[in-house]
Amino acid sequence: MDRYQGGGVVTEGWELVIGLEVHCELRTETKLFCGCRNLFGDEPNSNVCPVCLGLPGSLPVLNQRAVELAMAIGTALHCDIRPSTFHRKNYFYPDQAKDYQISQYDEPINVDGWLDLPDGFRVRVERAHLEEDTGKTTHAGASGRIHGADYSLVDYNRSGVPLVEIVSAPDMRTAVQARAYATELRAILIASGASDGKMEEGSMRVDANVSVRRSTDATFGTRCEIKNLNSVRSLGRAIDYEAQRQVALLESGGVVEQQTRHWDEGTGRTETLRSKEEAYDYRYFREPDLVPVVPDAEWKAAVADTLGLMPAQRRARLVELLSGGNGAGGNDGDGDGDGELRVDQIATVVDLGLDDLVVGAVAAGVPATLALARTANEAATDAEAARRLDGSSYVALLTLEASGSLSATQAKVVLGDLLLAGGGDPAMLAKEKGFEAMSADSLVETVGQAVAAEPDAWARYCDGEDKLAQVFVGKVMKATRGQANGKAVVAELQRLRG
Amino acid sequence: MSEASSVAELATAVRNGTRSASEVLEAHLAEIDESEPSIHAFNLVTGDEARRQAAAVDAVVASGGDPGLLAGVPVALKDNLCTRGIPTTCSSRILEGWLPPYDATVVTRLREAGAVMVGKTNMDEFAMGSSTETSATGPTRNPCDLSRVPGGSSGGSAAAVAAGFAPLALGSDTGGSIRQPAALCGVVGMKPTYGTVSRYGLVAFASSLDQIGPFAGSVADAALCFDVIGGHDEADSTSLNRPSPRLLSVIDDGVEGMTIGVLTEFLDGADPVIAERTRMAAEALASAGARVEEVSVPEVALALSAYYLIAPAEASSNLARYDGVRFGLRVDAEDTVAMNTATRSAGFGAEVKRRIMLGTYALSAGYMDAYYGKALRVRTLIIEGFSRAYQRCDVLLGPTTPTTAFPLGAKVGDPMTMYLSDVCTIPTNLAGHPAISVPFGTDDGGLPVGVQLLAPALAESTLVRVAAVVEAAAPGWTGTRGVGS
Ligand SMILES: [Zn+2]
Repeated sequence: MDRYQGGGVVTEGWELVIGLEVHCELRTETKLFCGCRNLFGDEPNSNVCPVCLGLPGSLPVLNQRAVELAMAIGTALHCDIRPSTFHRKNYFYPDQAKDYQISQYDEPINVDGWLDLPDGFRVRVERAHLEEDTGKTTHAGASGRIHGADYSLVDYNRSGVPLVEIVSAPDMRTAVQARAYATELRAILIASGASDGKMEEGSMRVDANVSVRRSTDATFGTRCEIKNLNSVRSLGRAIDYEAQRQVALLESGGVVEQQTRHWDEGTGRTETLRSKEEAYDYRYFREPDLVPVVPDAEWKAAVADTLGLMPAQRRARLVELLSGGNGAGGNDGDGDGDGELRVDQIATVVDLGLDDLVVGAVAAGVPATLALARTANEAATDAEAARRLDGSSYVALLTLEASGSLSATQAKVVLGDLLLAGGGDPAMLAKEKGFEAMSADSLVETVGQAVAAEPDAWARYCDGEDKLAQVFVGKVMKATRGQANGKAVVAELQRLRG
Repeated sequence: MSEASSVAELATAVRNGTRSASEVLEAHLAEIDESEPSIHAFNLVTGDEARRQAAAVDAVVASGGDPGLLAGVPVALKDNLCTRGIPTTCSSRILEGWLPPYDATVVTRLREAGAVMVGKTNMDEFAMGSSTETSATGPTRNPCDLSRVPGGSSGGSAAAVAAGFAPLALGSDTGGSIRQPAALCGVVGMKPTYGTVSRYGLVAFASSLDQIGPFAGSVADAALCFDVIGGHDEADSTSLNRPSPRLLSVIDDGVEGMTIGVLTEFLDGADPVIAERTRMAAEALASAGARVEEVSVPEVALALSAYYLIAPAEASSNLARYDGVRFGLRVDAEDTVAMNTATRSAGFGAEVKRRIMLGTYALSAGYMDAYYGKALRVRTLIIEGFSRAYQRCDVLLGPTTPTTAFPLGAKVGDPMTMYLSDVCTIPTNLAGHPAISVPFGTDDGGLPVGVQLLAPALAESTLVRVAAVVEAAAPGWTGTRGVGS
């Protein structure tokens, strides 16, 4: 096997071990320790004050909302929410305003949780702790790095932005699992309201700890930490590359050194950033300017109460609807590929936060398979508009389609208009477009013409070759320029066959 | 200079229009003009700013308003308290050119109470020292004997009050930096309970130990100043959420029924004359109705060692931000790391560098538990030791310093000897407790002697009651202190 595909081995006889560290920016109004607006991307150095610039004499004051969002994450990840303290992590860097970062060390707010991947695989979450972000440095010059730069510019708008760092146990064994973990975690962060989860904008940042070991080894191999993973795709590619690099190294008699490595998206390789010997000594000690955070049972309960349904629960809710007889195994299904298709559709709908549209439509009597398909395939193409869409007009549209008053093609066109307008009366819109539903009589007539035109196919259809129905559906669609309802055509064919 | 015998009387005179704030200020500025060149209490005299503030106070009085409890009272500020738009240097080259964009909370409170800020006082660089000799602007001289140090690190503030430049000054006390110079200059210096005075805007030395407090000519004046600057501040997370203090109202309640413990460990290391003065103070308390007994807290002997790990450890982190990137001194070099190094090499003096290195070492991987961790355990032992003593005693008594003011240059080359100057004051900081130094006569050469009173956390009112009794019994006490009074 020369290319790892996700089966749990990289190369025959080797096992891959992955743990992920995910930093996510919290969606608070203000920064973690001061009253500055938490808005990175404004005019550089416009959202700053003595505290987040680390000016002499300034002191941090903990943002209670950030604590609540951290607790929400902990709750969603089934963590134990504990009394916690802050430490200073000391290191020099121009974008680190105080030259130390206030973080949580041996007493983090959330410990011992877990995250279940959609396939049921459980990844343990060791901790999810609060810390502050750094400013952002831009190095001018050829290298784009601090060494050799002509000059550097620092924007402190991001300095002090609240982060939660979520550290998984080294439980994952494939890049596919790692990608699924990152995807699911991102969905949880968004669903809990804690973060917008935008990896490409850096509001969710993933570092991967990767090691390999022979399948017979009881202990883990030496791990490398990979940084600069800006998408779920990069995460998968980087893990595959790194695993192969380590296996090749070990098979050729070498040893893996503990390193921090940088993923280069362009070359598709990881490169040494610093070795263990060059690792910083952070000299952690208790932050004397802050007091411990001790969430009481009442506060924890209040946070849990405001937490909405998590993605896994929301997926389960859709599965329930689909198996609940309400359109399940419905008449627009096309056989055995169904299960997988629906899992994908459910995942899409939940990821995009459109599941309430489906639930609302089904509650109003729309067949679940139809509601899911339209939402996952059409509404999802403009998820932002779909989240704002008036639910009652969506239900009205799907009801017209389900009853055969509108064909699928017509319904999709009208949905496009509804999304643009944020709502409206789908019956009116259909009328304006000239989407009159075909009368039953004219449908019977057109189907009859199609049957007459294809006697061979008709004979075979009558002998039980059901899939030939598509031949007649196609002809009818062509004749009516897509205005006919496919289901109604099939029903007429079945009636004719007797 | 002043007919008013206390800060309260001076403020009352200004509030009722008997005296103008401007007139009071000019008298003090004249005193500064006359004697400051030989003392060097200030890094900066803010005459113009002070005149504006005094005029504003007078305008409030003229319009029938009340400028506040410290109306027209000149106050000197240690140069590690941030003042908006006014240089705040910590007596270090590294803060050259920096103008804070904000006022420390204590500065705001003084201003709101009508006080008039006359200048920023000299100090040991970043408050690291016991003689004000590590200042980048040169040493302050003791107004009682110009050949001697004023103590430190708040030596400029102590000297300013002793010289009559201002009836009140603020200092910061991390290991004795208010009480020790107060003792050496013959004024009152008080270190309040940790958390009772906001540290917002105090440039940090050792955050878990630093506390702002007053210098004054009398216990009553110090109490009044504490009443103004103390109280909860949301900008400081370690600030205790309690009602603002009102010490002045209880100060004359006496010591009848109290138990005072004379701390034997402190007496043992002190010069005989200082030990003798301390015993006299104890006798005075006994005759005022207190029960006096000897008390031993053996743990205090460990305090100095623990302090010289904890304070430098915190300092090494607090002083990391002076990297040439955002403010203060920058020495250009080929890249950022070289610039950091060049800036810090040029900007910090020897004592600051020594403590940064000590602290970095104490926190470093492999040594952390043996040094910093062990020091924290000692800190807990000291708190327990005091707690035992306070089960029997209301207040403890001992000397503030082992010696009176020493000559300039006598100890500056020998850090260990210098560090011993704070042996009697450091335990209080580690415990977070309040303490006060009260002048109690002089040694044979006429140099001031200070006795120290220590109390459990938040027992400032007990502390000032005892201090007022000691003060009244002090040899030569006439009701006020300071050259110009
Ligand atoms: Zn800020």
